[in-house]
Parts: sequence; C-alpha cells; structure tokens
Amino acid sequence: MSNYPDDCYYTKDHEWIRVTGDTGRVGITHYAQESLGDVVYVDLPKVGESYQSGDPFGSVESVKAVSELFIPVSGEIVEINGQLADAPELVNSSPYDEGWMVTVKFSNTGELDSLLSSTEYEDFIKEGKL
Amino acid sequence: MSEQLKLTALGETHRALGGKMVDFAGWEMPVQYTGLIPEHMAVRTAAGLFDVSHMGEIEVRGRDALRLMQLITCNDVAKLADRQIHYSGLMTEQGTFVDDILVHRLHVEHFFCCVNASNVDKDFAWFQQHAAGLEVEVLNSSSAYSQLALQGPKAVQILQTLTDFDLSTLKYYWCQPEIEFFGVKVFLTRTGYTGEDGFELYFAPEHTVAIWEGLMRAGKSEGLIPAGLGARNTLRLEAKMALYGHEIDDTTTPLEADLGWICKLSKGEFLGSDVLNRQKAEGLKRKLVGFEVDDRVPVRDGYPIRHNGQDLGTVTSGSPSPFLKKNIGLAYFPIELTEIGTAFHVLVRGREVPAHVVPTPFYKRAKG
Repeated sequence: MSNYPDDCYYTKDHEWIRVTGDTGRVGITHYAQESLGDVVYVDLPKVGESYQSGDPFGSVESVKAVSELFIPVSGEIVEINGQLADAPELVNSSPYDEGWMVTVKFSNTGELDSLLSSTEYEDFIKEGKL
Repeated sequence: MSEQLKLTALGETHRALGGKMVDFAGWEMPVQYTGLIPEHMAVRTAAGLFDVSHMGEIEVRGRDALRLMQLITCNDVAKLADRQIHYSGLMTEQGTFVDDILVHRLHVEHFFCCVNASNVDKDFAWFQQHAAGLEVEVLNSSSAYSQLALQGPKAVQILQTLTDFDLSTLKYYWCQPEIEFFGVKVFLTRTGYTGEDGFELYFAPEHTVAIWEGLMRAGKSEGLIPAGLGARNTLRLEAKMALYGHEIDDTTTPLEADLGWICKLSKGEFLGSDVLNRQKAEGLKRKLVGFEVDDRVPVRDGYPIRHNGQDLGTVTSGSPSPFLKKNIGLAYFPIELTEIGTAFHVLVRGREVPAHVVPTPFYKRAKG
C-alpha cells in the first residue's frame, strides 16, 4: 500500500480525510506519525463539538512532545475512535485505518477543493525535506 | 537572524545515522535516531552511545586549586582522592546554583570540571572572578575535548574488549587519565547521566569519528545503539537526576533540590554557606518531590500544579517514563505537602488531572 492512499484528501498540517457521503474520517499521515515517533496519548474532542476548518481539535503525544491536531474541514464531530485511549500506538501501526481519530460531518463540502490530493501532498513533503 | 548553531565533530555521522537534529543550548544535536523508546530501553537493558561533546570542561590548576574549588562549590573537595569524582554545585553567594558540575580530582593541584553546555561562559567567568588573588590558573578547555557517553549494563563488557586495562578496578565515580582506545589517549571516567553503569570518554576532537565508529563496531553484538538527547532526558528523569534550568537554577538551593548529600556544611565557609546554614537551621519551606500521574495523559515541563484549588507552581520536568510505563514528573512543593501519597492535580490543557507524590528515584538499577 502506498504511504499516501489516493482515496484521501490531505492538509499541509499532515492530516488526512477520507470522505463518505456528507462525513469524513480524519487522522494523521504516515509522514506525521513517523516524525512524531511512538505515540503514547491521543486527546480527542467530544462528539457534538463543532469546529471551523483549521481549528485545533485535539492533540497527539509522543514521549518527547505534544502536537496539535487541526481539522481539515468545518463541521461537527459525530464519532471519535475510542480504541485510541487504550491503544494509541495504532496511530503508528495503522495511520489510515485503525488509527483514525474522528469523523466529522461537513457544514461546507466546498472546502474539500482547497485540500491536497495524495500526489500533491507527497510533493509537498518532498519539498519540505529538501 | 539566529546565531549559527555549533556542530560537534559527529554532525555528519548523526545525519547519516538518521538522527533528527535539534537546537540544544546553541548546538545542533541529535534528539533521536531510530526512536526515543528503543534508545531508552537499549540503555536500560544493553547499551547506548551518546555524543555529549556539547558539554563544557573547565580546568583548575595550581597551588590554590583545592582552595578555589572549596570556596565556589558546595561538596567537600578535600574528601576526594586523586582520580576520584563527585557531583557538586557551583554556588552563588545566595547558596543557589550557578550550575551543577562533576568535579574530577586529577591531583591536589589539578581539578577537571564537566559543566553544562548552556552555562560554560557564565561558569568560566565565575571561576575566574573568584580565582583573583589566588595562585591558580583557570582554563576553559571546552573546545579541546569531545565527549562520548557509553551507558548501560553492557557498557563495561563492550569497553573491556578494547583495552588491556582492567576496568573492574575503575569504580563508579573514579577516573583514569590516558587510557588508549584505537591508538588515541582517552580520559576515561565511570560516570553518566542515565541511572545506569557506564563510562564517559573525553579526548581530542579530531579522533571523534574513529572512536564513535570503533565503539559502535565493538558493541554491535551486545545490542549497542546510538542514543539521542531525548532518551538522555527520560533516562535522567527516571533516575531523578536534576537538569539545570528545570529542577535547579540560581533561585534554588541544593537543600531545596533534595541534594543535601552534595551540600557539606561541615567543611567550613564557602559561597552561600551562611544562607544554607540558616536554611538548614530554620527548616526548608519547599522541596523537590517526584510524582506519578493517575491518568494516561502525560504531563510536561511548565504545566501548572494545583492543590485544593491553590496554585503550587509548575512541573519542573514531566514525561512519560518509557521503562516504568507511567507518566512521571518533578516539582517543588511546600514542605507540608511533600509526604509520600499526597494527592494533587496537574492542569493539562484546562483539565485537572490527578497525581500523587511518590518515593524517588523512580528507577534505581540493581547493583551487580
């Protein structure tokens, strides 16, 4: 599998969103989990909270540091991944599947247009590495 | 424009090993290579090799060397034998820390001090200022040495394959000048900042790559891996070793920092000894304690502490403990709240997280 699946949209803050109907599942990218190292804690919002795109909605912690999570699109949190409380390491081992963080119900589907495709995101992190 | 970061002789080596480089006290240093947790665990169970060449070295020579050392540090330097080492505090006139240092007595007229990278210039000026009128020469020899730390239960085995010198005769906190490794003269000390057995090697910087690579080769079969400053910090925290700028600084005394064992008030007058004597006689108002968090969320340096709605200051160092798999930390508490088991809260992103005072060190190695 690619490190950057092409059924997701990406942000420059290293989140992905995978869209189904009017909701999207959100997590952090392979690049982000690798840079963080072993994830030991994930702080997630409560179901029902609403955010504007780009708002911090939680945080992810390695032994060394805390990193904020930013929501890719505006909307309401309709689901959180409760498994991460007991198994935060899923963010490292399965960033696009079992390590997902929240499901957000969009308030504005048009916002997806401003996100990056997998190839655009891959180019973006390659540039950053130069 | 920020100042140019200093590089140790291993800058290229760290990058080639995949080291993630960060700014530490003006030096570009590796915070981790493969990952903080595996590096931490390697030091607890096998061995890790650290580049600590950013550390400073200050040497004191001359007839009054002992006198100067006794005046400016709080431990009793007269108790050291030749080649013996102790941990000490470089004191202000208020009995607080200019720095925490390792004092190596080479002989009665030559002391070698290992000091924090961030404090070298300040320390050197302090040594010089108090050397005025004494028959003593103070030398900042920081750029004359690279320093590597080989730490962990396998450190002695690994190093023994590289020398005929019987390392079992070099006890903890003793040193041996001029042992040859890979044809290079090394000042070898049995010291470290990890809570494990281990060695620190000081030598001329031009040999750094050869010695690093030689040690890595010799230790590979024993599980030796390179370890970064991230693991160094979690290792020292588990062992409750103070970090300057966190647990100790020029507002804290050794007594408050629970370092009474390096504070030898019986040795006679030294900088700040009047303050420390008074503090001892009157009793401490606050003391450094260790705590465990009763929650999965880690607490970090600077997080606020509350007890019954009252602010108690902030966490001096806090982190997940990779070995104990708990969230731990250190903080100053009013003396009446320092009892083991005292419950309180740490404020994490606006949430009150429960924690309680525990005995320290958090981790202590089994003596072999």
